[in-house]
Amino acid sequence: MSEDSKNSKLVFAVPLIIFFLICIFLFKGLFSNPRELQTGRLGQEMPAFNLPDLMQDNKSWSEKDLLGKVYLINVWGTWCPTCLVELPYLTKLRERGVEIIGLYLEQGYDPDFDGEFNIQALRDEVSQMLARTGNPYQFNIFDLNRSLAFDLGVSGAPETFLVDSKGVILLHHTGDLNERTWRAKFAPKFTELKEVKL
Amino acid sequence: MKYFLFVVLMGFSAVTFAVEEAQTFHNAQQAQLFKELSLELRCPKCQNQNIADSNAIVAKDLRDKVIELVKQDKSKDFIVEFMIDRYGYFVHYKPPVTASTLVLWIVPILFVLFGFGSVILRQKKSSVEQKWSDKDEAQLAKLISKYQDSSSQVKQESGQ
Repeated sequence: MSEDSKNSKLVFAVPLIIFFLICIFLFKGLFSNPRELQTGRLGQEMPAFNLPDLMQDNKSWSEKDLLGKVYLINVWGTWCPTCLVELPYLTKLRERGVEIIGLYLEQGYDPDFDGEFNIQALRDEVSQMLARTGNPYQFNIFDLNRSLAFDLGVSGAPETFLVDSKGVILLHHTGDLNERTWRAKFAPKFTELKEVKL
Repeated sequence: MKYFLFVVLMGFSAVTFAVEEAQTFHNAQQAQLFKELSLELRCPKCQNQNIADSNAIVAKDLRDKVIELVKQDKSKDFIVEFMIDRYGYFVHYKPPVTASTLVLWIVPILFVLFGFGSVILRQKKSSVEQKWSDKDEAQLAKLISKYQDSSSQVKQESGQ
């Protein structure tokens, strides 16, 4: 008889426990953001690249030029409305001493159909946009074929990476950077690296 | 005649299409590998589509990269690793067994075990032989006589 009651208790308890576990799992899922993707590059060094500057002819950048400082890489484009929202905040960050390097992501260019890329038209567009929002960038790397973006695991714009002075990628954020995300995600790491209060 | 022409032209268009497909890759194995990978790799932008389905720019970039690597005769594992290096485990529809994904393998097994377990438990319980003793016989006789006396009441109750 006692074994029977033990069994029936078990039969009662096991589904209940499973039910609660599923509840916890699904409840957590309510607050997870499926857009929050992490690059496979976290903790690794910046991938090798050699790309032209967006605004100047005959100037190019490689991963070695970026060593020795803590900086953000911000992936953006004039075609991206969220970037337009984000730019004024990034400009504020620059004023507070954060070095931001732009990675300009060209979206629609197809060499088979579009012929030679009209860089001057793009430069005019970029200048106009940055005149409106403020210019947060030290300089912009122009990634016409999205090769560096691909190596960084970029899926769209805006996205932001935090890179330390040894060139190691520490953080990856998809979506716009604002006061809230900066404080929650970037500020702790950044102050630790720079040993300054922001 | 019109239909004949139509059918002939249809045939031509199919042929040119096939030729174009074959030209993309050096051999059938490569074409097959590309097909497999484009179904298995997940678009990082359109999250419930594979890269064959999605028209997002990043999906096109992934497809182009897969074509490039397949043409270089890289193995399937190499290409999947290459993508995971950049886009994380998210990009592959077959997640590896890790501490955080273990639940995906364990829960279905638990479900099946629990289901069978409870069915067997139930059957065991109901298949226990019940003995008929003199005491039971006496109780039955008592009950019958009781309800025969108040059969009208029983009828009323069952009628409700």
